[in-house]
Amino acid sequence: MTPAEIALLAAWCAALSLFALAGGLLLSGIDRKLAAHMQARIGPPIRQPFIDTVKLLQKDTVVPANAIPWLFNAAPVVALVSSVLVLFYIPVGSTMPVLGAYGDLVLVMYLLTVPALALVAGGFASGSPYATVGAQREMVTMIAYEFPLAIVVIGVAWRLGAAGISHPFALQSIAANPVWSVTGPLGLAGVFILLVVLAAITPAELSRIPFDTQEAETELAGGLLVEYSGRNLAMFSLAQAAKTLVLAAIIVAVFFPWTLSSFLAMPPVVALAADLLFFLLKAVLVLFFAVTLVRVAMARFRINELVSFYWVYLSVIGLAGLLLLMADVIAGPLAGVGI
Amino acid sequence: MKLNALFNRSLWVYHFNSGSCNGCEIEIVATLTPRYDPERFGIRLVGSPRHADVMLVTGPVVHRMKDRLLRVYQQIPDPKIVMCIGACGISGGVFYESYNLDGPVDEVIPVDVYVPGCPPRPEAIIHGVVKALEKLERLQGVEA
Ligand code: SF4
Repeated sequence: MTPAEIALLAAWCAALSLFALAGGLLLSGIDRKLAAHMQARIGPPIRQPFIDTVKLLQKDTVVPANAIPWLFNAAPVVALVSSVLVLFYIPVGSTMPVLGAYGDLVLVMYLLTVPALALVAGGFASGSPYATVGAQREMVTMIAYEFPLAIVVIGVAWRLGAAGISHPFALQSIAANPVWSVTGPLGLAGVFILLVVLAAITPAELSRIPFDTQEAETELAGGLLVEYSGRNLAMFSLAQAAKTLVLAAIIVAVFFPWTLSSFLAMPPVVALAADLLFFLLKAVLVLFFAVTLVRVAMARFRINELVSFYWVYLSVIGLAGLLLLMADVIAGPLAGVGI
Repeated sequence: MKLNALFNRSLWVYHFNSGSCNGCEIEIVATLTPRYDPERFGIRLVGSPRHADVMLVTGPVVHRMKDRLLRVYQQIPDPKIVMCIGACGISGGVFYESYNLDGPVDEVIPVDVYVPGCPPRPEAIIHGVVKALEKLERLQGVEA
């Protein structure tokens, strides 16, 4: 790469990081507003997460006496950086992933576990029993949802591969070939099931009700984050916000990758803005159904219920979706549809 | 301490019970219901003192709770506000001159706002928060 290319890449990355933070906070604000309206409340202004972040930055940052200071302070930084980093590998609107040439969906899956691991490390380093219990629960939750998540990722990529698309794991090819367009009727049902499975994993990834056992305000007093305050807490909540955007972006990229500019002809600058707005609209819709609706309608699962929910029910449902996709590949040529 | 006005729009509240009869707790919870909806002003109940900006203290501070009250007060990161909810925290209330009291609250920790009543109505608690905001604004005026 020439220096100019590197500079361009760095500029793109900086812009995307800002977008990840601002967009993530915006999405959290919309989530809180919608949840409030569903509970017949007026709710906080949409910019409330921004206000909260500014407030936290003004507060003291306390490091408890029995914490391990370097780990305690490093965990929020790692969480924030890794959550923002994931967005570099995911297409946003009509812009292809900046670092797409260096990583694919499998890397994204791995990167998604890093913020959770940072939370666990921070929780253990806090030296508080509440945070330790929270950290253990976070690990259990992570182990529980990884398997269904892997089923979804592999299912989609395998179906694209079977349809003769090269590099089926690369997010560019996933976004360029919506998986709905390569499948027959059986496969459509399978893809829909995988979409539901991914939507059910989203609240756990974001530690939202009903899968927020690790933060459980009522019993663990904030769990993992119990000892965090001020700047460190702000970084964790920014990481959380960026992760919200990232997960919405993943669902959009894998299942709803259409862009406005591919339907309507428009000048490039307008297309960029229009696609970005369209992407945010899709993200809001995805998060509304996957997170807001679920968290208003449900109470928290116990940790053992959570594990059986993911390992038994959701895995079986996901495998059923995978089998439908396989049946689709076999039946496709016979019925003359699909491939 | 550098406070700007955004601080006032995001007060996170931690609730501490220093031996109350639970009447004030019920009213505090009533204040947080959708009918009064304090979240529209950014007010949120948090479970950990480390996340809190405002500490609501109820009860007359019985002997056993004094150390805990002091510790929790110290665990809240600066800047912080203490609100004393209910007659018992102000004077001892129905427990006035009991053998078992180390209170009232302001003999243990500094209190910024007193909300009288036994128990105070949600409107009174919200009025207390408004008073706390006025105090914060005064502080910000001095420091600006
Ligand atoms: S002020 Fe009255 S209601 Fe409140 S805790 Fe004291 S006795 Fe109970």
